[in-house]
Amino acid sequence: MTSLYEEVPAEVPANVPTRRVTVTVNGEKRTVDVEPRLLLAHMLRQALQLTGTHTGCDTTNCGACTVLFDGRPIKSCTMLAVQADGHDVETVEGLATASELHPIQEGFKQEHGLQCGYCTPGMMMASKALLERNPNPTEDEIRWALSGNLCRCTGYQNIVKSVMWAAEKMRAEEAE
Amino acid sequence: MYPSRFAYDAPTTVAEAVAILDRNGGEAKVLAGGQSLVPMLKLRFASPERLVDINNIKALDYHRLDPDGTLRIGALCRHEDLEFSEIIKDSHPTLAQAAALVADPIVRTRGTFVGSVCHADPQGDWAATMIALDGRIVAQGPNGRREIAMRDFVSGPFTNALAYNELAVEAVIPPAKGKAVGGYLKLERRVGDFATASVAVALDMNGDVVTRAGCALAGVGGKTIDANEAISVLVGKTLTAESIEAAAEAIADAADPRTDHRGSADYKRHIVKTFVTRILSGIARSEQKAA
Ligand SMILES: Cc1cc2nc3c(=O)[nH]c(=O)nc-3n(C[C@H](O)[C@H](O)[C@H](O)COP(=O)(O)OP(=O)(O)OC[C@H]3O[C@@H](n4cnc5c(N)ncnc54)[C@H](O)[C@@H]3O)c2cc1C
Ligand code: FES
Ligand code: FES
Repeated sequence: MTSLYEEVPAEVPANVPTRRVTVTVNGEKRTVDVEPRLLLAHMLRQALQLTGTHTGCDTTNCGACTVLFDGRPIKSCTMLAVQADGHDVETVEGLATASELHPIQEGFKQEHGLQCGYCTPGMMMASKALLERNPNPTEDEIRWALSGNLCRCTGYQNIVKSVMWAAEKMRAEEAE
Repeated sequence: MYPSRFAYDAPTTVAEAVAILDRNGGEAKVLAGGQSLVPMLKLRFASPERLVDINNIKALDYHRLDPDGTLRIGALCRHEDLEFSEIIKDSHPTLAQAAALVADPIVRTRGTFVGSVCHADPQGDWAATMIALDGRIVAQGPNGRREIAMRDFVSGPFTNALAYNELAVEAVIPPAKGKAVGGYLKLERRVGDFATASVAVALDMNGDVVTRAGCALAGVGGKTIDANEAISVLVGKTLTAESIEAAAEAIADAADPRTDHRGSADYKRHIVKTFVTRILSGIARSEQKAA
């Protein structure tokens, strides 16, 4: 169990209410004591040390903090950690297995879908949500699904190609 | 950015939520999708003592058509529920078209229709559709329910007519008198931006005659512009080039745009006129095809 009240775990006034929340993160049950005002992104990064989820803007605009919440993409900088109690959260760390990259990760590698990589975890999670609903998306559908995620480097073209690549691979795997 | 400290409740029934709001005498705030409130908490534009999270009140998660055609949208109906809805796809074209234009796809998985209307942002998309469709909000307080017509619901920018101990439980859209047609067009600089200008049009038709006409505008005034009066020139008429031109003129006159970083006042008024013409001509064309 991790306790987290502030960025710096300094003296916490005795009257600060905390709550115990249990969240299934990447398939594993994690229990954390949090202040209600703690954001889900900060719980993931600081309490659970899952720093793959980035915070880019902190103003709900960039999508770098996108994770899957019960299978749907959400901006984790805009949800309270207490709201995740009893729910299922998937982060970019949940994509790869010990020996293998997820097809989406492989796609980003093959098609050069990242440069600095800051936006990438959010892009990948939004792509995962898309491919779960629509295994054979058109380029327009990919651009639509990623329109809440900003990238300052790539110009998006290669990100779209990466998702196309992943979709094809996942369909091929499905067919096997 | 950290919100200031608050206490947190996540009731599972409307009665409980209302009781908490009532006990806290105006110091508690409702948390729905959080897509406007959480950013405000982080910027400390809002620092309530307590949040009442309604996301666990499963009974509010619906949108449905009554047998008479009345549409009811529960307080937990998310933007994306309407975007992908089979229920409203044909019956409520104005809402169906607006759904895909609210914010971005990820914000739409959380943000709620009712929360957006409560937030009363002058640039909000749903408030415009509610005015055009003559909708109303059902509020529940400690002494029961009351209905508030949309035109009375928003009392100013970011303020609504709810009492501190009332929860908006659903939005209601009355049934069409005849066949419902309409549209929603929005000009945005990029996905997720608020409207530079947007136009909601909702008509009821009997054959090719307009029996009711509703219109509202977002982004072109200090509040959502109620253009119902302006578009009423169409009532009793058919959609012709002349009647469309007259309506578009009247509606553009009702806009009250200001010059800002999104464009000049003249430009925005021009967009309004163009969008109204485009929506009405589109309706006229598809009605002709159907006939
Ligand atoms: C990046 C971004 C882009 C956006 N773009 C757009 C856009 O283009 N168009 C647009 O219309 N909106 C836009 N929004 C706002 C978005 O639609 C919000 O979801 C919406 O304004 C608020 O709905 P919510 O459910 O998230 O409410 P919350 O944020 O939870 O609440 C908003 C306010 O309403 C009150 N409230 C909520 N529900 C109730 C209720 N049932 N009873 C009483 N009070 C209630 C809350 O107390 C709070 O004051 C955008 C938001 C973001 C972050
Ligand atoms: S950090 Fe959450 S949207 Fe940018
Ligand atoms: S790769 Fe740098 S922001 Fe997208």
